[in-house]
Amino acid sequence: MADTTLSRALDSDLFWSFRNSWTARLSSLVLISLFLAAALAPVLATQDPYDISQLFLLDSELPPMWAEGGDPRYILGTDQQARDLYSSILYGLRLSLIVGFASVALAAALGVSLGLLGGFLGGVVDATIMRVADVLLSFPAILVALLVNGIARGILPPEQHADAAIWVLILAIGLTNWVQYARTVRGSTMVERNKEYVQAARINGVSGIGIMIHHILPNVLGPVLVIATINLGMAVLTEATLSFLGVGMPATQPSLGTLIRIGNEYLFSGLWWVVIFPSVVLVVLVLAVNLLGDWLRDALNPKLR
Amino acid sequence: MLGFLIRRIIQSIFVMLAVALIAFMMFRFMGDPVNSMVSENATTEERDEVRERLGLDQPIWVQYGRYVARAAQGDFGLSWRNARPVSTLLAERFPATAELVLVAAGLSLLIGIPLGIFTALRPHSFLAQSLQFLSLIGISLPTFVTGILLILVFSVWLGWLPSFGRGEVVDIGWWSTGFLTLSGLKALILPSVMLCLFQLTLIMRLVRSEMMEVLRTDYIKFARARGLTNRSIHFRHALKNTLIPVITIFGLQLGGLIAFAIITETVFQWPGMGALFIQAVSFGDVPVMASYLVLVSLIFVIINTSVDLLYAVLDPRLRVDGARASH
Repeated sequence: MADTTLSRALDSDLFWSFRNSWTARLSSLVLISLFLAAALAPVLATQDPYDISQLFLLDSELPPMWAEGGDPRYILGTDQQARDLYSSILYGLRLSLIVGFASVALAAALGVSLGLLGGFLGGVVDATIMRVADVLLSFPAILVALLVNGIARGILPPEQHADAAIWVLILAIGLTNWVQYARTVRGSTMVERNKEYVQAARINGVSGIGIMIHHILPNVLGPVLVIATINLGMAVLTEATLSFLGVGMPATQPSLGTLIRIGNEYLFSGLWWVVIFPSVVLVVLVLAVNLLGDWLRDALNPKLR
Repeated sequence: MLGFLIRRIIQSIFVMLAVALIAFMMFRFMGDPVNSMVSENATTEERDEVRERLGLDQPIWVQYGRYVARAAQGDFGLSWRNARPVSTLLAERFPATAELVLVAAGLSLLIGIPLGIFTALRPHSFLAQSLQFLSLIGISLPTFVTGILLILVFSVWLGWLPSFGRGEVVDIGWWSTGFLTLSGLKALILPSVMLCLFQLTLIMRLVRSEMMEVLRTDYIKFARARGLTNRSIHFRHALKNTLIPVITIFGLQLGGLIAFAIITETVFQWPGMGALFIQAVSFGDVPVMASYLVLVSLIFVIINTSVDLLYAVLDPRLRVDGARASH
């Protein structure tokens, strides 16, 4: 059974398109390595950047190992607090990806449920959801994310800001990005709703919720994958921007954006590596996700063939 | 035309009321303001007195009505952080943001349109191809990374341009301008380049695809058949129709520029409204956040309405439809 599934997968159009696109192959290779690096951060890192006892102040501000004055123990050099940049980037990448995936999951769950509800029920429910979506869309995403973030900070007492930061970020980014899912799912739900299999289920006495979850949902999930892929790049970027602006991950638990912000403060001290390397990792990550998303959109869209 | 105008304005008023409602709700989210105003061992009577004085004992829609009425008169209350009127804070910061956004918008048009025309007319030249490739990278780079790179190269390594602040400003009434001093102009270069880069690539790509589309239409073929010069065809006939969609996108993106100015202002420590907003977000300063939201939405609504009207003026087809619909 597994054998046939595999051979069918290898024989599919999607796989053929994948083998013929060097951008898809390159970007997925890059992504897989970055995901592995993030997952294995505790193994790959040469130092735990959160553990103060492992930091030696004498080793602060060291350039990368190949530059003059570099130390082979610190591959990409160290920052002002003697944190090994290579290890910080691994842990930062991990946090960026966790926030990215979690907020995409939140946005997709929210958007798909609201889209299903709106498309299936129609009427006032649909109109309300879509008006809210219109208003959200007319504002730039970063502004909405900042507002949600600000409100969450206003509600939480200040001493909890650092611990709750990751949840606040996931919430802010997830609440900003659900609109696209909702619109797409709503559109295809309205089409599926009138098909014969749905009517058959209705006649068989399946409840509205049952029809939505067991019958319509599997048929409208296709485009969600594409949106989720493109969305991951956006989410990682929004997280990095918020952290860079100082309202994201705190300096004690730096994500890539926080690392860039810390590096930015030492720009004039000549510590260029502290800001350049996290930026490069961020740009490569976002670029790879976007290229893969573009490829997936084209490959799954029969109109373009 | 008049009917169209009136309908658009009524629509905008409703949008603004909705935004004011969101801003008003933000205050409700933040718990009871009475708690932070009275001492911890205040009696219930004392609390009720404060509540009454602030008007918090009245129905919520009365409170909302009063909030809208006061916001319409420019009274946004006091900042929780430094107890100054929010309207004063915003007025102080507004010129800096306005100048930055206007310069960036101007740059993106002045550079984006010619580049777009060029890449459309000579799509296979080496320069056009490399411009297309560069614009792809420009879209993928996070804006704050672009800003940091600009500072690193032009301020840290080359030392040509300042990396923070507005330089010297001249006060004209309540408006402080950086246009009139050399240091003010120099300080404006890097932030406006950073802010305009994304918009510029967008306009360039848009002009390119629109121009290529227009050049394929019949009226251009006819103009060629009449033996007009290339120059006249491209710039007098084709360009006019190319620019109509550009105006719409540009209008929509102007709002985006104001939002992205938040990032630019943080990178360059530019004393604008965006920097004020970020401070408000990190301190949970609701009056400033709410007022910024209302003000920015007002600017969005004004821009969108004017773009729609301008569109009706520029495109005669819409004018005819609008006139018919209003009868």
